[in-house]
Order: sequence, then C-alpha cells, then structure tokens
Amino acid sequence: MIPQGLRYTKEHEWARREGDTVTVGITHWAQEQLSDVVYVELPAVGRAVKQAEGFGVIEAVKTVSDMYAPVAGEVVEVNTALADNPGLVNQSPYEQGWIIKLKVKDAQELDALLDATAYAALLEEAH
Amino acid sequence: MSYVGRSDAERKQMLESLGLRDFDELLRDVPAEARLQRRLDLPGPLSEIEIRAELEALAARNDAAAGAVSFLGGGMYDHYIPAIVPRLMLRSEFITCYTPYQPEVSQGTLTVIFEFQSMIAELTGLDVAQASLYDGGSAVAEACLLARAHTDRDRVVVAGGLHPSYMDVLKTIVGAEHVTHVRAAGGVAPAAEIARELGPDVAAVVLAYPNFFGVVQDGLPELAAQAKAAGALTVACADPLGLALLTPPGQWGADICVGEGQPLGVPPSFGGPGFGFMAVRKELVRRLPGRLVGETADHDGRRGYVLTLQTREQHIRREKATSNICTNQGLLALGAAIYLAVLGKSGLREVANLCFQKAHYAAARAQQAAGLQLAYAQPFFREFVLELPLPAAEALRFGRSQGMLVGVDLGRVAQGWKNHLLVAVTEKRTRAEIDRWAECLAAAVRAPRPDGARAGTR
Amino acid sequence: MSADRSAAPGGQPPPASGRAGEPPVWGEGRIVEPLLSELSRPGHRGVTLPASDVPATPLAQAVPAWALRQRPARLPEVSEPEVVRHYTRLSALNHHVDRGFYPLGSCTMKYNPKINDEMAALRGFAESHPLAPDEAVQGTLALMHGISRHLCEITGFAACTLQPAAGAQGEMTGMLMARAWHASRGEAATRRTVIVPDSAHGTNPASVHLAGWSVREIKSNAEGMIDLAALDAALGPDTAAVMITLPSTLGIFETQIREIIRRIHAAGGLVYLDGANFNALAGLVRPHDIGFDLAHLNLHKTFSTPHGGGGPGSGPVLVSRELEPFLPYPVVVQRDGAYALDWQRPRSIGRVHSYHGNVGVLIRAYTYILSLGAEGVAEVSREAILNANYLLGRLKDAFEMPHEHPCMHEFVLSGKGLRKHGLRTLDVAKRLLDFGIHAPTVYFPLIVEEALMIEPTETETLRNLDEFVAIVRRILREAAEEPETLKNAPRTTPVSRLDEGRAARELKLTWEPPAEA
Repeated sequence: MIPQGLRYTKEHEWARREGDTVTVGITHWAQEQLSDVVYVELPAVGRAVKQAEGFGVIEAVKTVSDMYAPVAGEVVEVNTALADNPGLVNQSPYEQGWIIKLKVKDAQELDALLDATAYAALLEEAH
Repeated sequence: MSYVGRSDAERKQMLESLGLRDFDELLRDVPAEARLQRRLDLPGPLSEIEIRAELEALAARNDAAAGAVSFLGGGMYDHYIPAIVPRLMLRSEFITCYTPYQPEVSQGTLTVIFEFQSMIAELTGLDVAQASLYDGGSAVAEACLLARAHTDRDRVVVAGGLHPSYMDVLKTIVGAEHVTHVRAAGGVAPAAEIARELGPDVAAVVLAYPNFFGVVQDGLPELAAQAKAAGALTVACADPLGLALLTPPGQWGADICVGEGQPLGVPPSFGGPGFGFMAVRKELVRRLPGRLVGETADHDGRRGYVLTLQTREQHIRREKATSNICTNQGLLALGAAIYLAVLGKSGLREVANLCFQKAHYAAARAQQAAGLQLAYAQPFFREFVLELPLPAAEALRFGRSQGMLVGVDLGRVAQGWKNHLLVAVTEKRTRAEIDRWAECLAAAVRAPRPDGARAGTR
Repeated sequence: MSADRSAAPGGQPPPASGRAGEPPVWGEGRIVEPLLSELSRPGHRGVTLPASDVPATPLAQAVPAWALRQRPARLPEVSEPEVVRHYTRLSALNHHVDRGFYPLGSCTMKYNPKINDEMAALRGFAESHPLAPDEAVQGTLALMHGISRHLCEITGFAACTLQPAAGAQGEMTGMLMARAWHASRGEAATRRTVIVPDSAHGTNPASVHLAGWSVREIKSNAEGMIDLAALDAALGPDTAAVMITLPSTLGIFETQIREIIRRIHAAGGLVYLDGANFNALAGLVRPHDIGFDLAHLNLHKTFSTPHGGGGPGSGPVLVSRELEPFLPYPVVVQRDGAYALDWQRPRSIGRVHSYHGNVGVLIRAYTYILSLGAEGVAEVSREAILNANYLLGRLKDAFEMPHEHPCMHEFVLSGKGLRKHGLRTLDVAKRLLDFGIHAPTVYFPLIVEEALMIEPTETETLRNLDEFVAIVRRILREAAEEPETLKNAPRTTPVSRLDEGRAARELKLTWEPPAEA
C-alpha cells in the first residue's frame, strides 16, 4: 500500500502535490501501527510550519504520535471531517483520511523526499 | 511481626528448585561493597499489642484525642463524617486494589470514579471533572499549568485571599517569576487592580471562592468576563461545601474550578490525605491532568467504565504529558462520593446552611460577649476573621487550657496579622459550644497579660 | 460528551442482568449495577441533620445576590440503605489484594496490614488539624520526626521531606531541589538536562519536564541495563542529574552502578534514585552508601500502605547533607524537649503540599516499620527476591527472556512467542483474570516487546506461587490448543473486554443527572 506518485518521509507521512498546495497525511503502515485512531489534533489554518516541524498529534487508544511537516509552508486547509470521523485515517489514509494542505514556498523540498520505492525499502529494512 | 508465610523447609525447597544452596547466590549481581554490612538501627519488631500501646500513646499527645472543640478552618474543617463513609471506604475491595488498569476486574472503582466525576461537575457547574489530584494547592498549580499550555502565555494573576499555602505551592511548581500576586486589602483583592494586570501575557486569573478569610468576594462574574476579553482563562478555587449554596463557578464565567475536597467526608488528619478536584469546560478536556473515566460497553453490550484519554498521561505521553501525576487520591475521592451520595441534594445544602447560620451566630456572639469586631466588613460563608486586642497565639493558648481550639492564628501567615484569628464554624458546633467559645475569648481578652498589662491597654 | 444537562427520562435503572427482563441469579457475576443517578428518587434522603439551634441569618442578607445558587446541585436522592447496597455491590466487582494474587510488576502489591489502618484512624491522629499550634499536635509531630529518622536510617540519607503525596510528586520535588543546588553553585543556566534511561517509568521524563528541564533519553544495552558508552556520550557540562531506577524496571541490579555513579559525579551531575523498586533493596543496600545524592520512596509500595484504587500514596524524598537546606518547608525539628515546625528555611525550594503531606499514609508506614523492625525490613527484600526468582525459574522456559541475569524482586518476560498462535501478551493477561488473578503489568518497560512484568512480593506463600505457575502453564496450553479461549477472555468477570476505542471517540465522562422533583 505505497501509492506511486506520492512522496514520503522517514516519519511515515505522505505528501501529494496539487498545483501549489501539498496535501499531507500518514501512510497505511503508520495507521496500521496506531490501530484505531480516536482523535486528530489539527493546526490552525494560517499557521506557518518549517520542514520537519511538528504540526499536530494523532491519537489512538494507547498510543499517540506527533506528525511532522514534510515541507515548509502555510496551512491553508485542514480536514474537518476528522473531528467526527477520526477513523477515516485508518479506512482511507491516502484519500478521505488526508490531514492538512500546505501552501508551499519551495517545491524542491518535495523532490528531496523519499519516493515510493525508497519508502518501501525503508519499511523492509526496519521491519 | 512478619507478614511472610514461609518455613525453613519451604525456603530450602525453593532454593533447590533453582539449583542453589544459599540465598546469597541470588545476589551475585550486587557488588559486595554495596551491601549493607550491619543491622539497621530501627526500633521493633513489635507485636500488635505493643504497637497499639505505642501509637495510642502518641495519638494521646494530640489535643484532638481528648476531643478539643475545634474552630479551626483555613481549607480543612471539622465536619461531620456519616458512619457509613469510613465503613464503606475502608472495605478491602476498595482499599487494597490498585489503579483500574484491567477494567474487567475494576468496575467497582471505575464506576465510583465516574459517579464522583459527575457529582463534581454538577457541583462546580462545569462540563467535565477528573478523578482527583493531590490537594487544593497542587490543583491550583495544575490549573495554571493547563491555562499556560492552552493560551500559550506565561503569566498567572492571583487575587490575594487565595490560601497562602496554595500560593506557595503554586509558586514552587509554576515558578514565582510567573505569578503576579494582587494583594488583598480589607479581606479582598481590589477588582480594579486585578483587572489592571490583565495583559496579553496573562494565561489565567485565579479567584478564591470563598477566599482564605472566608469572604465571598463581590464582582467575580465581571472579573471573569474581563479575563475572557483579555484572552485569559478564569480559575476558581472553590470550597466544595460552599458550592451547595453558592452559584457554581461554571455559571459565573470560570473556565476551570479547583479546590480541596477534604470537607466532603474526609477527616483532617493533620492535613492529609485529602484530595484536590478539578473540573473544566469541555473545550479543555484534552488538557486535563490525571485520570479520567469514561462510559462504554463490553463485547456483550453491557455498560461498563474504563480509563480514557490515557494518551494525555505520563505512562504514554511521557515528557509531553499534561502532568506527571500517576497515583492520585482515589480512595478519598471515593469517600467524598459516598458522602455526597448519602447527604444528597437536600442534605448537602442543609450542612452548608447550618455552617452558615452558626458562623454568623458565632460572629455576633464574639461581638456581644467579648467586644470583638470582624477584621473585614465583607460577606462570609462559614469562617471569618476576628481582630483581637492581643496576639491570637495567646488567645489560642488560653483556649487550649479550656479544651478548645479557638481559631487559626493568622500570625503564622504574616507578622502583620498576629492579632487576627481565623474562625470556622461547622454544623458540628452546638449553640452551647459557640457560647462557651465566645466566653472563652472574652476571658482571654480580659485576662492579665504576661507583662502585667491588660489586653486593650496600649 | 454532552454539556446539555437535560433531565433523565424517568430514571429507570437498566435491567440488572445482561438479559433484558430477566432477574439476576445468585453467583451470576455479570450484573450491571445501576448508577446513583438511576437509583435516585425525588424526596428520598440519606443522613438526617439536627435542626439549627441558633437564630437565623438570611442567606440573602449576607451573600451578594449573584452568588446565591438558584437551583440546588442535582445530586442523587437516595436513602442510606440504598447507598450502602450500591457501594457494597460495586465493591464486589473489584479484584483486590485481600481477595487474590496481584503480581503487578513495579507496584509492589503486598499485603496491607490492618493494624496500620486502625492506628491512622485513632481519633488523636485523624482529627488533628494542620493549622493547629505545634503544642496541640505533639503526637503527630513526634511520629513525623520518627519516620523521617527511620527512612534516613533505611536509606543512608541525612534528611527527608514527607510532603510529596506520591512518587511522581517526589520526583518533581527532587528535581526542584537539584535545580536549587546547581543554582547555588552558579550553574543554573548551564545545567538543564536530565538523563533518563529508555527503560524508565513515564513519570520520570514527565517530572523532569514539570521542573522546567529537558530530558535526554539513553538507550539501554542488550541486557536492559544502562549502556556505559551511551551514558558517556550523553554526559556533559549541561548534565544536571541522572535518574536511575534500581533495580531497573527489568528487575535487575545494575552491576556497574558504582562506576555509573562515579562517572555522573565526575561530570558534575547529581544521581537520583527512583525508589519504586525499593522492595528489593530494603535492608540490603542503602542508596546513599553507594553514592546516590537523593531519592524518593513509595510508601504505598515498599511500606505496605494500601493503594486505595489509585491513591493516596506518599513519596518522601531523602537527600544528602548538602541538599538538606533546599528541603520544602516546614520541617519537623526537636527544640527545647518538644517538637516544632521549623519555618526558617531561607534556601528551601518552597512547598509542594498544601500542608504536611499525606500524614494518614505516614502513620501507616510508621506502624509498619515498627512492626517489622530491622529483621523484618531485611526479610522483606530477601523473601521478595526469593519469590521472584522462584517464579522466574519455573516460568522462563515457557516465555522469551530478554536477558540471562537473576532477577531481584520482579522480572520481565516477553510474550512474543505467542504471536505464532495469533495471540499477544494482552490475551494471556485477560485470561488470568478468569482465574481470579490480577494480570501482571503489561507492555512496560517499553524496551521489551510484548512485556509481562511480574512482581510477587514477599507476602505470597509458596502455595500461591505454585498455583500461579500451574495456571500460567494451563493458559499457555490453551494458547496453543484453543487460542479462541484467550481471545475471548475474560469470560467469568463482571464484564467482558470493553471497547476502549469507543470510550475515547465518544467521550461520555459524566452521567445524566438525576430526575428533578
């Protein structure tokens, strides 16, 4: 479950470019590790984040995980559907379970991230 | 005396099962030079008979053993504890279990906490309460930490009149440099001065209700509104018994309500264990420190209770936890729940009303019998401050000789208050006791002073 | 959860058994106890109070109008017999130490002597007020002075504060004192980091953070002990302290502890002992003797005071002579033949407790120390260590062991072998509940996969230990032959596994209030 065409971070976030915004979420592997997501703490719209800066928290029953921005940018949209249905992250981590959208300054930062093959290799190695 | 059930034969058998002859072989990881080489210098061992004699002798050296009539307050009070409270609270099933981490065998404890949370939320007029904190002072500190995390601001403004020990604990935990203490004058901290402090760096305003002097400060709803306009949270530090008669803080604008729960069915026990309570508006629930119990169902659809939102807590979130608290004051929260249950909707109001009536009677008697005035011309609930023409410590000494603890010597708090006596009157005090107390004060005031002069002559 | 406080319709309690309409039967076990809000009936009352015997003062006269509560708090209306039944029935739903084995690692669930409770309830102790003059509370002050002396003797330290209400609060107090000590030496700005092993209990880093410092976590070695190379790499001019649990949270004694302490001191840091595992050391090792600068003890663990379903505890902090000036005030001293509270403590960190700590718990621990004496204290650690090793010896072939050392008073097994049956440590824990045994600590320490931490304590008899072993082996047979039995466990407890995901997603944290009259 590692879609081509996305970029990935070592912290198991994915990033998808859509024009000058980048949509961010967590990977299938990450949601599997967490198990049932009960709550997603989202940043405020308008907040600026640096690359690798924590932008939110994702909570399961017995675990909690920080989420890190794959690229620098400004938060332009957050997935408000997650408030009533945090399980979307488990059910559809790459589509309905998206978490934030960033307006990015430097699109090149995205290219420096892992591609699908590299991310798959990372998962193989560590586990 | 030993609680270990073991014979030499069993010990030998156990060592043999490990292929060992000597217990010391199990200690091979402990360096010889680390091991204690002598017998500890401790008293005992004592049998139960001897223990009883020794501890009873110690307890007898406290005035309370002889039933000294208490007018002491200042956060802890001599309230009546119904017989069923200790009876139920000290049951093995409640007292010898641990934190309910395995909810399937802890529904007793979990249900009790859920009910406790519900009753505290109702009393305080707020949405959610947690399972207990250590005491009133640390509860105030935790509320301020919560406000700082929530608003991302550093400063805390505290209205003078907060219990001085709670102020000390707050400063120790939060850091004195972040605490602005607006001094009380005339029994309350002036509202205008509090309002003046509400800058963009203020995370919280702490208002006591009633305050340490027993005073119910006017203007609190307006202050809460001003705090909100300034982006700060309002923390009410409330007396839980007072809340039976007073408008709950959630209804006059507080975001957080904390306090000391000892008045609810717990003996004072020289200051602990009591318990702290905290209730908050629902927006703040994820920032709550400590344990929280929620309702759910089991696999067969039966209603049940579990610890929830555990990801806030230290065992999961570690240094990013909302607090470091683990063990809290669970058994005392249970005692309070039983107390609230057996007093109930009307009983709690009656107790609070009796305290109110008797305190006002006592203040009037002190005036009539001993010519003593209230230090502050302010509305009060169940305690008040008298201004004495002699040090309160002397009045206390005199009172002790009559089997009474006439009040708290406020000279312990500040030198400038050494003639101030803080008097609390609970539902246990009879009219006769109050009359005797007033006579006692009158006599103390009239008695010749150590230096030969009479009190009141300067 | 709902902020709306609409009145509950009718206040009917749910059916008493799992099956609607069926009355409960004796011994059925699976009863849903109604809540007080459901037992409540308008007009019912519990305790009666005497009428007021003083002239009336109208409330409205003395309290501002806005402050008068218009509507009484919607507390339950229940008669006393109903209150008693409610709590008695609820109590029957708990497992507890007086009922059966409770091998919860790191919690020291030993027998709680009843004489301790009785002594704490003596009128002279229970009714003493914290703000009474010193002369009125000589008995309690003498006891506090006495227990401080005994705890110092047991640990080798010079002085003690009894204020912290629990271990975690003790940790915070210790860190604040360490901070004050470094400040007194002009190093407050530079030394702001505390090193904590990755095996530490969560309160350790949380307490460091509360004290305003930052945490540097170091990885343990393959045996679960402190890795000296990792320690060396972490030590530096910014090191304020290192927090160590001894024995470690894996139940093993750090063989290199003296060298570890030497290196920390050489780097200018203080060494703090998390005393949660002191049941292994009482009467055997005195922490200050081997170089610890300060420590907390958990009286509700080592010193037999009851856990109370979540407290009260007590976490006294013991310190070296050098740290003594920083103790919270007041301190109990002896002066002119009497006991007094000493408030003249100019270098104190302040107060951590509103009064003097959980005195009722101190009385219990004091009583326990007297009943044990020196021989009894040494017996505690000896028999605790023997019990744990005996169990380890009889169970280790059935599980994966994270290391080869003998344990001290507790040990950790790994349940990873259960994966081949599609099971986890959690399933074994839940099945133990069916046999009247509280599960051991699970999934802690974090550095052991599928951890199961077992601490029998010294008050378990050989018979109990053998019975436990037999039950564990039976459960492991079930795991191999009928894993569904574990997956569906527990089956005989008052409730089966609860939906914790739902509890976190659909927050319901308060009841529907009782119906109004």
